[in-house]
This record gives sequence, structure tokens and C-alpha cells, in this order.
Amino acid sequence: MSETASHRRPVVIADDVHVEYKAHAAGRGLKEGTRKILTPHKALRTVHALKGVTFKAYENESIGIIGSNGSGKSTLMRAIVGLTPTTRGAIYASSRPSMLGVGAALMPKLSGEKNIILGGLALGFSKAEMLEKKDEIIAFAELEKFIDLPMGTYSSGMQARLKFAIAASKQHDILIVDEALAVGDQRFRQRSEARIREMRENAGTVFLVSHSMKSIKDTCSRVIWIERGELRMDGDPAEVVKAYQELRKQ
Amino acid sequence: MTLAEEAALYNLERVGKRPPLREYLADVWRRRDLTISMAKYRIQASNEENRLGMLWVVLKPTMNALIYGVVFGLLQGDRRPENIVAYIVIGVFLFEFFANAFSQGADSIMRNRALVQTLAFPRMALPLAAVIQQLMNLVPILVVMAAIVLFSGNPITWRWLLIIPLVVLLAMFSTGVALISARLTVHLTDIKEIIPIVTRVLFYTSGVFFSVERILGQFPWLVAIFDFYPLYEFLKLARSAMLPDYAADPVLWPLACGWSVLVLVCGVLFFWQAEERYGRIN
Repeated sequence: MSETASHRRPVVIADDVHVEYKAHAAGRGLKEGTRKILTPHKALRTVHALKGVTFKAYENESIGIIGSNGSGKSTLMRAIVGLTPTTRGAIYASSRPSMLGVGAALMPKLSGEKNIILGGLALGFSKAEMLEKKDEIIAFAELEKFIDLPMGTYSSGMQARLKFAIAASKQHDILIVDEALAVGDQRFRQRSEARIREMRENAGTVFLVSHSMKSIKDTCSRVIWIERGELRMDGDPAEVVKAYQELRKQ
Repeated sequence: MTLAEEAALYNLERVGKRPPLREYLADVWRRRDLTISMAKYRIQASNEENRLGMLWVVLKPTMNALIYGVVFGLLQGDRRPENIVAYIVIGVFLFEFFANAFSQGADSIMRNRALVQTLAFPRMALPLAAVIQQLMNLVPILVVMAAIVLFSGNPITWRWLLIIPLVVLLAMFSTGVALISARLTVHLTDIKEIIPIVTRVLFYTSGVFFSVERILGQFPWLVAIFDFYPLYEFLKLARSAMLPDYAADPVLWPLACGWSVLVLVCGVLFFWQAEERYGRIN
């Protein structure tokens, strides 16, 4: 760590984080041994998704997370927000980090309006707060005419707009933005990108997971490269992105 | 300085740490809007599909009661319970509430795994929402139950009000069972497959459609044991409240209270202990 780093206040510390999943492997994929009903662990394959990741994130940092598919980026983010428990090691944070996303709480058969309430409650707002915020969210999603219809009847772009508008209604201290959150058609994409930027500016610390090296270089002050569950490189965006792209070319 | 010490120095807390029980329960209470809305909206969503909508909530148990009534009414011959229509309706309706809370509660974490993996809230909200959903459905069911009991020739009395504390006890008991089974299902998915079988065993043993005294009359010790069987206690108390032909030993009330509190407390503790675990669904 550089000299200046020691004076700054860390807000997230990942201390040797290991995450292992046990997945039921399909029969043929088993490497060796016999399958018996009473020894089910033989059919369980352990996936070591994170193998000892350590880093410190400071206040007002904007950290890009890069890595190829299946490298463990999303697992790391889920571990940071405390949704996926670590197998070994620990993650410490000054306040509970949040992920920008609400889709899983919604019910397609219900109207857009009811889904706004439900999504807001799932994000931690009270019912009264949501009734207040509702109109603003509807306006941002530009769904005034369709808000009484079941969400399932919306086009995928409209659904994505609604989900984004709900998720973006909350302000966070430590925010995790997963890639490709800017959604919808070109115009809405620009508006949602602007909204994400605004949220990033207001949040204390931001993690941005993305495959777009351009947006990483544009917005991040630091980049962490995860490869096969290990921290490969951590530092200046231009340097890390360059090393990453060189490896990918091979 | 280790990282853990540095974290302590800057007042950083371990993310996803299970809060102490009191704090956890306060958290569950604070998020009650979410829990209740999930229950309410899920009912609305499931009624959206069918033409008859909400009517199915009462039609299904009524049809079940009809089938069981005809089959077991005929099979039992002269050993069938007095006042059989009301007897079976009370049994089937209340038992189905328990069975639905049990199976929906058991599945609640697994069914919502996407939600569990994206948003942070006390996970107890999910099995609680499942039970509350069944409780909301129970209201119209109880109205139909009262109507059937009345039309089968049983007068309304003040004793009918006893059904309210009884439902409270049954709900507490069902919540406890739902919490325990919700955690067990996360550890071992296979449990979900066994639940219908367990439910059926409970159905056939808890006196839903037969009178224990009449069927097991020659084994008085067995009848005495039945008084300690919680589901049987609930049904017996419900019948004693609504049907003049049936009386229950008043000692069943404290017994039923005991069961409800015990199972609920065990369920809360058991579910809370694995709070950190629910995010990782194998």
C-alpha cells in the first residue's frame, strides 16, 4: 500500500475471502468412483469460486471489477453484500453494502404500480415512503400509461425500465453496480447512465462490475482484476485494463 | 496489524453477520410491511389467473371436505362421528390451513432464492409471509365453515367465539412448523419430497374425519395419548366450540397453548441460528 493509503479510512475490507459451492454434478460428469445413494457426497462437486481474495476499499473510491466470465466477480460482489456467506475469511464494512437490483422481488402478474410498492418495501422503504415516491418512479420509468397493467404484459425493455427506476430510487453509502444495468432503448439508456453516475457520485464507495473497459476506464479510480477466483491485479485502471486485454488476446 | 484488527479499529462490522436474537426479531418487526405485502400480493397474483379468482380459496377445501365426507362417511358405517358434515368440515378446513402453511413455509426460502441472493432483509420474512398468506385465505374459509356448521343444524352460540383464540394458537403452531421445515429444506432439498407424505400421515392420524373415541374405544390408553397430540387437540377444541354434541376437556386449552408456544419458540430459534446460511443455496 502506498503512504497516502494508510491515512485514509477503509470502508470495506476483504480478508482472505474463500467461497466454495457444493453443486450436484450430473451423473456422467463424475470423475471417479461409484455413485451410491447413501454416500451422496460423491455426487457433490465442490466449486471453489473464490480462493483467498484480499483487498481494502477506501472512502470515495470508485472501484472497477473485471475478469472473464466465471472468474468469480459476481460471487465476490454477493459476498461483499453479505448474501453469499464466505467459507473462510471475512468481509468487513462500515455500513451494509447494497446491490443495485430489485427484479427478484417483483411479481409479473401484478400491476406495475403494486410492483413499485413491493420492490420499494424489499429495498427497505416503508409503505408511506413508497406511496410518496411512487409517482416519481413511474415518471422516471416513463410508464404512466401502462402502470395499471400487469407487469408480465410489458415488453422486456419496459420491464427493465421499471426495475431500474425502482432500484435507483434508493441512495446507498456503499453501492455495487453490476454490469449492463443501463437498460432500454438509446434514450432511456442515456438517462439511466446519467442516473447511475449521479448515484455513484452520491454514494461513498462504488464497485462497478463491467465487461466494458471503456466505462471502467471512464469512471473508476482503481481496478481489481479477478481471474479464476484469485485476485490477479489491483491498481491503476489504465495499467490493469492493459494487462487484462493483453492476456485476453492470447 | 491483521486485517481483522484494522477492521475493528475503524468500526467495520463483518458483513452478513447474524444479529443477536432480540435485534433480529426487532428487524423482522420493522420489515412487517414487506412481509404482509408479500403475502397479500401473492394472493392477488394467484387469483389473477383464474376466472373464479378468490372463490377457489373456499371451493377447494369445500370440495375436499365433500369427497372425504362421502368416502369416509360410507366407509365408517355406524362408527361414523355424530353430526358428520360439520365434523368433517371443521376437521378438513383447519387441517388444510396447517398443511398449506407447512408446505408453503417449507418451500419459502428455496422458492425465493433469487430474492434471497439479491436483497438483504431478515429471511424469516419469507416463511412468515407464507403463513400469513394462508391466514388471510383462512378468513373466508372460516366464514364458509360457520355457514356449513349452521346449516347442518347447529345453533350459533357465544362459544363460537372460542374459534378465534384457537386459530391464533393454530397459527402459532403452524408458524413454528413452517420455520423449522424452511431451514431443513435449505439443508436438504429432499425434505420437500417427504412433506406431502408426512402431511398425509398427519391427516389420517389427527382425527380429521373420524372420532378417536369411537374408532379406538377398546384401547382407552390410546385415546388418552391422543389428548397430547397437538393437531388432534386443535381439532377437538374447535369442534367443542362449534358443535353442541362435542365437549372437550378444558385441560386441552393449556395443553394446546403449551404446544403452540413451544413449537413457535423452537421454530424461531432454529430458523434464526442459520440466518447466515440461507444465501448459499446448493
